[in-house]
Amino acid sequence: MSHATPGTPDRVHLDNGGRAPWHPLARQAFEQALADGWADPRRLHAEGRRAARLLDSAREAVAAVLGARTQEVHFTPGHTASLHAAVASAAAARRRAGSAILTSAVERSALLHAARAAGRPSTVPVDRLGRVDADAMVAAVRVPGSALAVLQHANGEVGTVQPVEAVHDAARAAGVPLLVDAGASVGHVAVPEAWDLLAADPADWGGPAGVGVLAVRQRVRTAPVGPEDEDPWAPGGVSVPLAFAAAVALQAVEADRVAQDVRRRELVEHVREQVARIPDVEVVGDPDGRLPHVATFSFLYVDGEALVTELDRHGFAVGSGSACTASTLEPSHVLAAMGVLTHGNVRIALDRGTTADEVDRFCAVLPDAVARVREMLGVGGL
Amino acid sequence: MADALVDARGLRCPLPVIRLAAAAKGLPAGTELTVLSTDPAARLDVPAWCRMRGHEHVATVEHVAVPGDDVGGWAVTVRLR
Repeated sequence: MSHATPGTPDRVHLDNGGRAPWHPLARQAFEQALADGWADPRRLHAEGRRAARLLDSAREAVAAVLGARTQEVHFTPGHTASLHAAVASAAAARRRAGSAILTSAVERSALLHAARAAGRPSTVPVDRLGRVDADAMVAAVRVPGSALAVLQHANGEVGTVQPVEAVHDAARAAGVPLLVDAGASVGHVAVPEAWDLLAADPADWGGPAGVGVLAVRQRVRTAPVGPEDEDPWAPGGVSVPLAFAAAVALQAVEADRVAQDVRRRELVEHVREQVARIPDVEVVGDPDGRLPHVATFSFLYVDGEALVTELDRHGFAVGSGSACTASTLEPSHVLAAMGVLTHGNVRIALDRGTTADEVDRFCAVLPDAVARVREMLGVGGL
Repeated sequence: MADALVDARGLRCPLPVIRLAAAAKGLPAGTELTVLSTDPAARLDVPAWCRMRGHEHVATVEHVAVPGDDVGGWAVTVRLR
């Protein structure tokens, strides 16, 4: 049995981006750390020191995977908090250099909000596949007045991997720090070396939510922007059990990452082929340079909310970037920037526990679900 | 000036595109159609529909809402192929 949908064998959970089920070893680690590391790691007594040791070992383990030094790795209250803190404090330290914050048009919303709050955001367009125009971003970073450049390692919504190396080379030459949002990629593909600040999301790799990871190279200047605290990246301190579970989960998923990459890439390829046979569909995202576990498609004349509900009724949990599935009227800014169809959108992210059988069952149910929603809207013959 | 107007104001995605497609059915190539929409998704999805169906996206004009008068929204014009 898959651990993807514990206790509900009839459910198939294919919405694992940004919130995957805990890796079994993360649960064990969490329980151990609850017993041994419940105390405040900043206190000097034996209990505090024991918690501090667990926290140190968690930082060390994460640093090893990220290719960072232990002292460069910080735990934060979560991925959104990581992005806000990274943008604000890196931009504040570069106030004299300028106020422009360069981002791609497809960064996650939290990042775009952080850029607006911390400076003068400037977005670089992407192509139909969701890949940022590297030449345009390189040119932009060379223009004086930039405080910070930000580029995601991969887009969690459509799977497209971004050219972080090329942008980092140019940013480094221009003296502009590059923040890489690796929240959708760490634990799934190899961590890039091309970053000055890097944010990663434990909830995405099978660790807990409520804790984030932010790595800042020692050479990068930051200025504290949050409340005054011993730990500026996590005011009040982090939860040691959550941080420890996150680190153990990361070690566990790194151990068989390559095998999981091959396995899930095949399944995603299969889904993309099967979905492409359904009439009037756009399979979106880069077909080659992509995350191994994410597949996204938009169906013409389909109400995204109705399709998500229809699939849910048949036991399949999927995500969507369509406006009617969000709390706002605006559709996904990622799909909009790519110029692809925004309605009728479905996004799946396979968990490490997702089986080939579950994927086959999804592929078998999807065409009829789409047809039923189209029938409800009376779009036959259009 | 478009040959026909599709008023899809007040309708949520994907209905503006569906109304446009229904209006376009059977019309000869070269016909211009304008769809009015208050749903921001339509300004993105009508050009995508054109691409998928081989039609031409001619223009998108945004109308700013005027208090007590006009609701605002987008007028998207396409030419059928």
